[in-house]
Amino acid sequence: MSAVLISPVAADGIEHSEGVWHAAWRRFKTDRIGLVSAAVVIAFLVLIALAALGLVAKNWQKEVGVPNAPPTFVGPQPPEAIGAIEVPKGPNVDLSAVDPLAPRYKEWEERAAKFKTEEVIKAETLPMGGDRFGRDVLAKAVKGTQISVFVGVMAAVVATLIGTLLGALSGFFGGKVGDFLEWLYNVFEAIPGILLIFAFAAVFGRGITTVVLILGLTGWSGLYRQVRSEFIKHRSREYVRSAEAIGASVWSRIFTHILPNVSHVVLVRMSLLVVGFIKAEVILSYLGLGVGVDDVSWGTMLAEAQSELILGHWWQLAAATVFMAAFVTAFSLMTDALRDALDPKLRGLE
Amino acid sequence: MTLLSIQDLRVAFRMGKVNGVAQRTEAVKGVTFDIQENTTVALVGESGSGKSVTAMSVLNLLPDNAERSGKILWQGKDLLRTPLHELQHLRGKDIACVFQDPMQSLNPVFTVGDQLCEPLIKHMRMGQRAALERAEQCLVEVGMPEPKRRLAAYPHELSGGQQQRVMIAMALACEPKLLIADEPTTALDVTIQRQILELIAEIQRKHRMSVLFISHDLGVVGEIADEVLVMRNGILREQGPVAEIFASPKDAYTQALLACRPSLDRHPVRLAVIDDHIAGRDARTDAKPKDPHAPVVLEVRGLSKSFWIKQGLFGRREFKAVSNVSFQLRRGHTLGVVGESGSGKTTMGLSLLRLHEVNTGPMSGEAIFGGKNLLTLSDSERQPMRRRIQVVFQNPYASLNPRFTIGQTLVEPMAIHGIGVDTNERENRARTLLEKVGLDGKAFGRYPHEFSGGQRQRIAIARALTLNPEVLVLDEAVSALDVSVQAQVLNLLRDLQDELGLAYIFISHDLAVVRFISDEVLVMKDGVVVEQASAAQILAAPREDYTRRLLAAVPRGYRPRGIAA
Repeated sequence: MSAVLISPVAADGIEHSEGVWHAAWRRFKTDRIGLVSAAVVIAFLVLIALAALGLVAKNWQKEVGVPNAPPTFVGPQPPEAIGAIEVPKGPNVDLSAVDPLAPRYKEWEERAAKFKTEEVIKAETLPMGGDRFGRDVLAKAVKGTQISVFVGVMAAVVATLIGTLLGALSGFFGGKVGDFLEWLYNVFEAIPGILLIFAFAAVFGRGITTVVLILGLTGWSGLYRQVRSEFIKHRSREYVRSAEAIGASVWSRIFTHILPNVSHVVLVRMSLLVVGFIKAEVILSYLGLGVGVDDVSWGTMLAEAQSELILGHWWQLAAATVFMAAFVTAFSLMTDALRDALDPKLRGLE
Repeated sequence: MTLLSIQDLRVAFRMGKVNGVAQRTEAVKGVTFDIQENTTVALVGESGSGKSVTAMSVLNLLPDNAERSGKILWQGKDLLRTPLHELQHLRGKDIACVFQDPMQSLNPVFTVGDQLCEPLIKHMRMGQRAALERAEQCLVEVGMPEPKRRLAAYPHELSGGQQQRVMIAMALACEPKLLIADEPTTALDVTIQRQILELIAEIQRKHRMSVLFISHDLGVVGEIADEVLVMRNGILREQGPVAEIFASPKDAYTQALLACRPSLDRHPVRLAVIDDHIAGRDARTDAKPKDPHAPVVLEVRGLSKSFWIKQGLFGRREFKAVSNVSFQLRRGHTLGVVGESGSGKTTMGLSLLRLHEVNTGPMSGEAIFGGKNLLTLSDSERQPMRRRIQVVFQNPYASLNPRFTIGQTLVEPMAIHGIGVDTNERENRARTLLEKVGLDGKAFGRYPHEFSGGQRQRIAIARALTLNPEVLVLDEAVSALDVSVQAQVLNLLRDLQDELGLAYIFISHDLAVVRFISDEVLVMKDGVVVEQASAAQILAAPREDYTRRLLAAVPRGYRPRGIAA
């Protein structure tokens, strides 16, 4: 124990010492891998915030390059050999005699001159290439990150809320309430996960909110189970008994006494869910059950990449994969470090 | 001849890095002693004294972050410089270990026979059949009833005492030269403790082996040891033959340890506290005389509590944990409840507080408190009653919410019951109470893990006092504490009783402690009150056979053995 424990003395002369979260942060700071991965995750979050505010990748739908423009470092596509039709060789022939529209060309040109037209020069190459419409893959990947991570995090929040609430009730009360919730859990567990997701997706249709709801509603069971077991363990602990003895209400015991003591389990499990849901969203979108056609996510990018790959256009696949791998790996490592920092059992071993 | 010689042993633990500086904690700071053949050496000390670390260093059974230096000579060979595979050959064969908690030391998925045979097959290169026969012999030797049947039993089918017998049988299987027993009786009931102590003493004599006996309890040590080593904070304070240590202890700490343990023979008003004793201050002797006609605050008549036990697929049967307990508790008095584990003493206490989980089983009888029956109160009637009857639990490490500061812990009950006008007043009251239980106001903003066991128990007492209760149920409230801390907490309870007129229900397995604090004693066995009388009377003239057995089992320290033998 060092200087960290010498806490500031408050105005009333009472020492306030380091709380549990402070201690966790102190431990987290010593974990280099954890810190690096947290930095990567924060960088992603900043990117997502910028994308959400429309500061970057706003025009991801704009066709800025030639179709399937390769990445800059690869260089422009070689011009395609047009082959078959040969250019005619004879002199030009005046067709005005035979062309019935010839007298009107001038009139049309005058009318056309009244409107401004702009010739868009499509880029031959893009920083990370373009898709089949010539949209910038980098912008797509950034926008896709926003959607995919949003879906993953929101779905994890929904699943965590459901799982924690049901788990707490089931574990704390047991008996009839517990039996009913266990039965509900068993129903959800008995159906293969992906099938359940498809069933929900088929009913709700496509869209970001729908994906969030589907994943949230199907993914709470693991967390429920763990929270339930923690509550069963804690409800007969002496500190909970003591709280009952001083007259603390049932809800106070559940939410102010026990929940903070199992929060590390919930938090870690939730971060694992985020990773799982990001992957699940990718699968759903890949299968065409995910986000809407107007949106882009890592999953839709991967789905498009399938047909592009046959033509040798690998960059969209690469971009989506690199973004996803970087985020998911960093997030998982951060979760690991978080668990080590939060687990009260490791306290004292530091 | 010297069997084991420990010379200047130092053990430190690496505690990770804080701000890039490696942290080390020295648990043992230069300990030197010898163990002769055919002797029992006892290592005594309170928690944190380094006694277990010293013993576990011998076979290197320490965690990976331990660093040892010095010399541990086993028959002339330095064990600190012995490679692991040679150590493994020693472990279990020449040096065997018995640990504190037998349930945790036995592997629950193997039968007793499997676990007994393992060292035999490994170290003695016996065949399966020969090993089984030897295992059975060992069980006979440790006095296990029906040894043949027990070989096929799993650990959970045995009682705590039987499990410890199996552990000892395992240790004895290869006829070791040294047995290291680390608090082997601490987790056991007092009558079982007596049996195990006698067993270890008998086996030691029979096999002429040496025993390194680790304990926090001088009473136990005095009965079994030939030589005693007293440790404190990683340093050996005193060593010598048992008679000398008990008759004329030289070190102030040893003297204090002997003085601050409540005993059955002496009956002081206040216990000596180690620091006072070392400083030469005497314990206070003033006490408010008990008023035998003080008003009755709690009257219990025919209290019974059963639990449902599942039987078959849908059936259940009733298990009577407490049946027909009656007593009266007067203001300012203490009722001691004594019994071994499973006697229903805790269930009885929790029933009064209605702290059982719902639907566990029926409860009957009456507990009249303030004119109302505690057992039939509705939820809304129960809330005001909670103010008047409070509880302190055994384990100071589990009874405080680790995520609450001490301030939050103390303010919460006052906020629930509307004591004090606002948070400010409640906080002031909480600080006053902390000072009353002997902690300073600085504790207010801290978390439980920053306090020692004794301090936490004081905080738990302060929490109970926030509500101005009339009755305090103390469920093994001092059992988990070290001797010196125990004395402080017991004195504190005495002071509070004198000052506030509290009535205590003091539940404990420790007769000496109950004798110190109680006015009246209930002796319980299998849910039934066996004997009920004043504390002095029960000690002086126990009527029931069971009470006599309990009393006889209490370790009484060293008594000269030469005459009888």
